[in-house]
Amino acid sequence: MSSDTPNHASTLQAASGAVRRGNRKGQGGRLFTHALLVGIGIAALLPFVWMLSTSLKTLQATTAFPPTFWPSPIQWHNYADVFRQEKANFLLWTRNTLVIEVLGVTGTTLSSAIVAYGFARLRFRGRNVLFVLMLSTMMLPFPVTMVSLFSLFRWLGDYTGIAWLGTFKPLWVPAWFGSAFNIFLLRQFFLTIPTELSESARIDGCSEFGIFWRIILPLAKPALAVVALFAFLAIWHDFLGPLVYLQRPEQFTLVLGLQNFQSKAGGTSWHLLMAASVLVILPAILLFFLAQKTFIEGIATTGIKG
Amino acid sequence: MARLHSETRAVLRGLAFLSPWLVGFIAFTLVPIALSLYYSFCDYSLLQPPLYKGLTNYHLLVHDAVFWKALGNTAIYALMALPLGMLVALGVAMLLNVKIRGLTIYRTVIFLPSLVPTAASAMLWLWLFNAKLGLINVGLRAIGVANPPGWLTDVRWSMPALVLMSFWGIGNTVIIYLAGLQDVPRELYEAASIDGASTLRQIWHVTLPSISPVIFFNLIMGIIGTLQVFATPYIMTGGGPARSTYFYTMYLYDNAFSYLKMGYASAMAWIQLLIVLALTALAAWSSKKWVHYSGN
Repeated sequence: MSSDTPNHASTLQAASGAVRRGNRKGQGGRLFTHALLVGIGIAALLPFVWMLSTSLKTLQATTAFPPTFWPSPIQWHNYADVFRQEKANFLLWTRNTLVIEVLGVTGTTLSSAIVAYGFARLRFRGRNVLFVLMLSTMMLPFPVTMVSLFSLFRWLGDYTGIAWLGTFKPLWVPAWFGSAFNIFLLRQFFLTIPTELSESARIDGCSEFGIFWRIILPLAKPALAVVALFAFLAIWHDFLGPLVYLQRPEQFTLVLGLQNFQSKAGGTSWHLLMAASVLVILPAILLFFLAQKTFIEGIATTGIKG
Repeated sequence: MARLHSETRAVLRGLAFLSPWLVGFIAFTLVPIALSLYYSFCDYSLLQPPLYKGLTNYHLLVHDAVFWKALGNTAIYALMALPLGMLVALGVAMLLNVKIRGLTIYRTVIFLPSLVPTAASAMLWLWLFNAKLGLINVGLRAIGVANPPGWLTDVRWSMPALVLMSFWGIGNTVIIYLAGLQDVPRELYEAASIDGASTLRQIWHVTLPSISPVIFFNLIMGIIGTLQVFATPYIMTGGGPARSTYFYTMYLYDNAFSYLKMGYASAMAWIQLLIVLALTALAAWSSKKWVHYSGN
C-alpha cells in the first residue's frame, strides 16, 4: 500500500516532461491518495456501520439468510431492551464503571501530578536514578504481577478483615499511587513552565507544596486534562483487571458485562449484543470528539511523540 | 555541615513528592514481582500455603506441550501481525503526511477504531467473522467466493482472522508514525529532489532512515503488547479451535484462576518478565545507536 503512491507518482513523472513534471505529479498523486484514503476510511467505518445496522434489526432479521445490509423494519427498542435483560444489569454496570472511573481518574491525575512535580521541579540526589526506574516500569506487563497481586489482595483482606477481592478496591486504589506514563507526561509539561514563577513565589515565602498547588497545577490544566482523558479511556477499556478481581455479576463493569449478552451454547441475540456494544463504545467516541482539541493541544504542548 | 544539611533536606523534600509513586512501586510492583519469584518455586493452590518445590515448575513448563503451543501461537501472531501492521500503518501515515483537503476527517476516521474497547471490538468481529451471517463472508460470496473460510471455527483460518482484525485497531500506530514523519526535516527531501531522487528513492533514503527509531520502538512495544494479548481470543474463541488461538497470557490466566496452579502461573509470569526485560534491553541498546545518528 505504501509503495503504490510513490510508484504511481514516479511513473507519471517519467511519462511527463521535465517542466510539467511537478504539476502532473501533484494532481495525479493527489487524486490517487484521495482514492486510497477513501478506501481505507470505508474499511475502518464499515464494521461500525454493520454494528449499528445489526443493533437496529429484529431477531429474525439477524438470522435471515442472506442478511440484508440495512435494517428493515428498524427496531429502536433494542436499545431499551439492553437495559431490561435478566442476565445483564446494564444500568448497574454503568454505575459500577462510573464509580471506578471517578475514583481512578481523580487518583491517578492527582498523584501523578505530585510525583511529576518532584521529578520536574526539584533537584536532589538520586532523582535521575529513580526516574529511570520509574520509566522502566512502563514496560512491565500486567500479567506478570497479576497472580501475586491477586494473592496479595486476598491476604490484605484476610489480614485486615476488610475484603479487597470482589470489591472495586484493586481497580482504583493503585491509581492513587501515580502511573508511570502519566507521571512522565506531566513531567514533560512541568519542565516547560519557567522557573522564575516558582522562584518569586519561593521568595514570597510560599512552601514547595504551595508552589505546586497554587502556581504549577493551575498552569498545567491542559496537560492534566490529557492525563485524565487517557486514564478514563484506560479504565473504560480494561478487561483483564475486572475479570480477575470482580467475582459477582452485580459488580461487573460494562466491558466485562458485555459477555453476558453472549451465549456460549450458540444462539446469541446479535441485535442486543451489538446494541450493548454500541452503548459501550459511544462514551469513548463522544469523549474523543468533545475533547479532541484538548487531546491534540495537550499532546502538542507536552511534546509527546509516541 | 550546613551544605550537607541542606542536601539532606532537598532529598527528603524530593522523596516526599515522590512518595506516592515510591510506595505504590514497592507495594504493587516490587513486592508482587518478588512474591511471584518465590511462588514460582512453590506448589501453591491459594487454598493451602505455598510449598517449596525448587525448580519443579520450570522443569514441568519445559516439558509442557501446551506451554510451547501457547508461546508458539503468540510468536506466530507477533510475526504475522507486527510486520504487516507496521507496513500498513506506515503506508497510511505516509498517505496522511501529504497536504490534501479533508486530511483531518481521514485522520479521525482512521483513528476511531482505536477508541473501541477490546471487549467490544471482540464482540463486533465475532459477528463480522460469523461463517454464515457475517459481513465478511457475505461480502466474499457477493464477489464470487463460493466457499469462504469459516474463520474463527477453522483451525487454519482462526489465527489469520485475528491478525486481520488487528489491522482495524491500527489508528494509534498511524498517529505515532505520522508524528515521526512530520519530524523529518524538509531540507532533506529538498536536497534529495535536487539530486534527482525519485519519490521511491526519497522514501528509501530519507524517510525510512529518519524514522527508523520510531519503527524500532514500535516493534519492541508491539512484541511486549503481543505477549499480553488476552481479551480478544478469550472472548472470541476461548483459545480454540484445537488451541489454534491459545495465547501465552491465556494459559497463564487459566493456570492461575481455572486450575488454581498459582506457582506454575508465577513461573510463566517470570518467564514473561525475562522476555520483556531482554526486549527492553535490546530497545535501550539500539536507542543508543539511533540517538547518535539523529543528533547529526
